[in-house]
Amino acid sequence: MNLFADALAWLFSPDRLQGQYALPVLLGQHLLYTVISVAVAAAIALPAGWLIGHTGKGREIAVAISGAARAVPSFGLLVLLVLLLGVLRTPLAAVITFVLLAIPSLLAGAYTGFEAIDRRTVDAARAVGMTEWQIFTKVELPLGMPLLVGGIRSALLQVIATVTIAAYVNLGGLGWPIIQGIPLRRFDQVLAGALLVAVLALIVDLLLAIAQRAVVPAGIRSARPASDSGRRRGSHRAASAAA
Amino acid sequence: MSWVGDNLDLILQLTLVHLRQSVIPIVVGLLLSIPLGWVAWRYRLVRGPVIVLTGLLYTIPSLALLILMPAVFGYSATEEPNLMIALTIYAIAILVRAVADGLDSVDPDVRQAATAMGYAAPRRFFTVELPLAGPVILAGLRVAAVSTISLATVGILIGVTNLGYLFTNGLQRRIIVEVLAGVVAVVVIALVIDLLLVLFGRMLMPWAGTGAPASSKGSGSKRAIVRAAA
Repeated sequence: MNLFADALAWLFSPDRLQGQYALPVLLGQHLLYTVISVAVAAAIALPAGWLIGHTGKGREIAVAISGAARAVPSFGLLVLLVLLLGVLRTPLAAVITFVLLAIPSLLAGAYTGFEAIDRRTVDAARAVGMTEWQIFTKVELPLGMPLLVGGIRSALLQVIATVTIAAYVNLGGLGWPIIQGIPLRRFDQVLAGALLVAVLALIVDLLLAIAQRAVVPAGIRSARPASDSGRRRGSHRAASAAA
Repeated sequence: MSWVGDNLDLILQLTLVHLRQSVIPIVVGLLLSIPLGWVAWRYRLVRGPVIVLTGLLYTIPSLALLILMPAVFGYSATEEPNLMIALTIYAIAILVRAVADGLDSVDPDVRQAATAMGYAAPRRFFTVELPLAGPVILAGLRVAAVSTISLATVGILIGVTNLGYLFTNGLQRRIIVEVLAGVVAVVVIALVIDLLLVLFGRMLMPWAGTGAPASSKGSGSKRAIVRAAA
């Protein structure tokens, strides 16, 4: 456990707050890349996913694309894009990589959220005279929200984990102490970096787990019979596992 | 493209190493996940903790896990077993949920019918419940297999050589084709393994995917498959 003591010593040394690679700077870079990438991915994937969920068409294509995207190694894609776009556009290469990484989870979160809604509910909404737009905004969006937040949760976690490798192409982030430390055999800073990324991931996971509960519409939270609650939990789990 | 021709031996050799490093964790992960998933499904009390724990494992970034595990358990970080242990953990994180969801998707009436016909619990599990949970487990296994193969490339960052070598070496030498060859090789392996799993699934579970279950419960299990695969 001596290594952990060394890692903590490295972490809390006053040097960590100074210079180009100060920990707050690295954390800021890590969060910035994560937020930008997930936001861009959401702008692409959510409308597409909602369209699939609302019309019930194109799901096979979405599943196929998601499966193929999962097979592409992010690290390889990042290196490839860096070489293709040139060193000056490394940040762009990184954002493209992370956007592609985040899209499958967000897409799945958007359309599974709509598909999990009882068809009778949507039919009832149509029968009482709601327009398609009203069905979308007042029925499908709120009811699909928990699974959507589940999708955002997995997308964020995957991107946070993967932004770590951005340091390999000199983009900073919390991967920097890890990637810089390995060849130097500075395992105190390597371990400290790993701990920071893990803690960041756990905090974000916790926040999103709370958000996922908060967005369950009040109506279905109280009215659902007890026997059905197990199945509902199951569907939440499946959505977060889906990514 | 001449780079690929000149280095075909290297690519093939790395591909074999890569396959070894990813197939073993997938298989071991599946073998460990079936009992774990069953426990999570069978005992409500442990279900929460098991699901939360495997979920937490999944949140730990791979690079962090590759360094944390050797630090905690005192083995070498830069050798192949470290990568394979980490990949096994990720496979388990995906598969335990898939197994529990799969067992959940088995029609309770079928289970009761098996019991009524005199199937004791172990025989019922292996001959009725596990096969019926198969399609959902297979969907999870496909996700786990493809992500394991693609994730294994990160091993090069801790000094474990596999197809990821083509990424770091290609970047240092600025050979775009080398990096591209690595990405293509990983995707091809992943898709081939995925295809094999699908074919294997058709062989073992000829009833699945034929659209046979017409009941509403059948469509529920179909939805679980789609969810697991999405």
